[in-house]
Amino acid sequence: MKILRAPRIERCIGCHSCSLACARLVHQRISWSTAGIRIASSGGLSTGFEARLCLACDPAPCAMACPTGSYTQRKSGGVRVDKSLCIRCGACAGACPVEAIYLEPESNLPYVCIHCGRCVPFCPHQCLALEPSPHEADEPGQAVGAGPGQPADGSAGQAAGEAPHAG
Amino acid sequence: MQADYCFRILVVDLVAGKCEFLRFGDKRELLGGSGLAAALFGQYGRFDVPALDPAQPLVFAIGPLTGCFPMMSKVVCGFKSPYNERYAESHAGGRLGLSMRFAHIDALVVTGRAPTLSALFVGQRQFELKDVHYLKGMDVFTTGKMLRKMRSGGAGHRSILRIGPAGENLSAIACINVDSYRHFGRLGAGAVMGSKNLKAVLVEGGSAIPAPEGKEYPDLYRQIHMQLTDTGMMKKYHDLGTAENMAVMNGLRALPWRNLQATSDDAGIDAISGETFARELLLRKTACTGCPVGCIHVGLLREQFAKDHDVLYRQVSYDHEPVFAAGAMLGMTNASDVLAVLDEMERQGLDAISGGVALAWATEAMEKGAVGLDETLTLLSFGDAGAYREAVAHLGSPPNEFYRFLAQGTMAAANRYNGQDYACVLGQEMAGYATGEVYFISQALGLRHSHLDSAGYSYDQKNKDKDTSKAVAFMLEDERQRCSLNCMVSCLFARSAYTEEALGKALTAMGYPEVAANLVQAAGNVQKLRWKTKFATGFDPDQVTIPKRFLEVVTWKGPIDVTYVGDLKEAYAREIRKMGQ
Repeated sequence: MKILRAPRIERCIGCHSCSLACARLVHQRISWSTAGIRIASSGGLSTGFEARLCLACDPAPCAMACPTGSYTQRKSGGVRVDKSLCIRCGACAGACPVEAIYLEPESNLPYVCIHCGRCVPFCPHQCLALEPSPHEADEPGQAVGAGPGQPADGSAGQAAGEAPHAG
Repeated sequence: MQADYCFRILVVDLVAGKCEFLRFGDKRELLGGSGLAAALFGQYGRFDVPALDPAQPLVFAIGPLTGCFPMMSKVVCGFKSPYNERYAESHAGGRLGLSMRFAHIDALVVTGRAPTLSALFVGQRQFELKDVHYLKGMDVFTTGKMLRKMRSGGAGHRSILRIGPAGENLSAIACINVDSYRHFGRLGAGAVMGSKNLKAVLVEGGSAIPAPEGKEYPDLYRQIHMQLTDTGMMKKYHDLGTAENMAVMNGLRALPWRNLQATSDDAGIDAISGETFARELLLRKTACTGCPVGCIHVGLLREQFAKDHDVLYRQVSYDHEPVFAAGAMLGMTNASDVLAVLDEMERQGLDAISGGVALAWATEAMEKGAVGLDETLTLLSFGDAGAYREAVAHLGSPPNEFYRFLAQGTMAAANRYNGQDYACVLGQEMAGYATGEVYFISQALGLRHSHLDSAGYSYDQKNKDKDTSKAVAFMLEDERQRCSLNCMVSCLFARSAYTEEALGKALTAMGYPEVAANLVQAAGNVQKLRWKTKFATGFDPDQVTIPKRFLEVVTWKGPIDVTYVGDLKEAYAREIRKMGQ
């Protein structure tokens, strides 16, 4: 399984199309914040943009911090999410080293990237890509997949059995 | 999902430092944006009270599609203009539209005057009116930095509006800066903020709304997004940006140069064309949120500030209108010089079009001896960027009577110093299209006195006949269709994608079938409502004058037809008067 990266984020124009796509297609929300990928500027628009998204840790501190099994380790890094088990404690967000998990203030529900790639085709400058996981490369005999920058179709990379309402 | 046809309005009282959420109006009738702003001005405004009276409201309104589809990213600001004491609209993009959507605010109505210079913070779980007297006189960019320090959370999901010295000093050509690179530019909204002692507004939008169930909404979103990004539809706006128009207009003999003393300069255009900016100065592009086009072109201005190799750099956004106003209109021969003047305009919080045209008039007034160094304080001559930068700073904080008049608009100064004939004013300072009779009337009498009221500039280019009835019918219908877009509130660059049929589909997908069914009729009603509001504040089309300079213009079609101008003015005035009754 591949993971989502932002290898060309310096091309970002701050349109938030990726966040809006994730919220719309993965979480059935219209939002630029309740999404697995979020765009932020640091120090105002004149300094450019950064993408806040899961770095696909393995082992994932958020999964280890989750007390209920709502977050479990994903094979290629990152987490699988079963929202029905979430008790909204926020421990996952506290454990993330890069602020990749967004806690919706009203509900305290966590939102994290599930590396499904559905945001990728909505980026007008190909900032995003599904790439081989570095964690898989260490495993003997494991297929690594296509090279960096390969565009994904609408559902490419979604893990089998991954809940579409994950997060 | 049950459709909610009411708007959710946040009304802020700056005197008490309190706010109140109210339900207001009906989306089926007002649609949103333009219609909502006019209705709210009718509710909270005072037609017969001066624009800068604290009782007057400052309204910001979004529409039912804001944030829900690509390029539905703009906001309408409704206010009584200190420039002309009439009801006015100005539109801006940036992050404000989505910040309001995700703060669940359909419109923000600001009333009263804060006791001290203040900043207003609104959003989910926050409301604060904070004293910021220490930001007095601070330029737009420094103010933005200070606001970001004061509220460090929420970066990327919020919008910061602020004014510069021009707004604080109540200049009628002061703008409201939105997120550094966008503006409520025209007709003096910045002075209205200044009159309210309101230095800045921060809207934080950290919330979300449920997406409609089923595939209709995501499928339509994808279809529109791909149409905008995978076809050549938006190439012009994305590639060179609107600055592409500089060479095009110059080639047509329709680009105002040196206070409209000429409509082309084949020797000078290359230095300040969109192609030159892109090739030599373009640093990067950025976008309003929810817009995949990225039309905001940011240029790199590199300056040597001392001897040897001491340099600094600035990032300055540019478009056709600012480059026309601070470039061709001021006779600039160097693209970096244009950015240098625009940068100072931004810092002072001045509308770039108005500021450039005002200084072009001042330059000619100096050439003609109508004003001297005692007035201008610096020797203004076409092409002298250093002098213009000084003059822009004087416009922001006027040190004498001359700049106090000029900061109220070109015609205010022209009336005082007897230079009306060559004041390039069509209701307000002209935009960068000297295309001919229809455009001149559409700006002079249009609701916003803008090149965006209707495509008069395009009509001039496509029609050789001089059929007054046909031209006026075009202006009225084009304005009505733009009302549909301005109520949603779409970027007008997307007008070819968002036909009224497409808007109807989008509204239906969002659960507003009754708004979709009534869209054409309601847009016509909004068109009338806006004119009624403008006439109620005293607008009289018979009082609008077309300065002599416009009648002396020669375009690719030859000299302006003065009779046609008169016929258009009379016929269009008759029609808008009917709507305003």
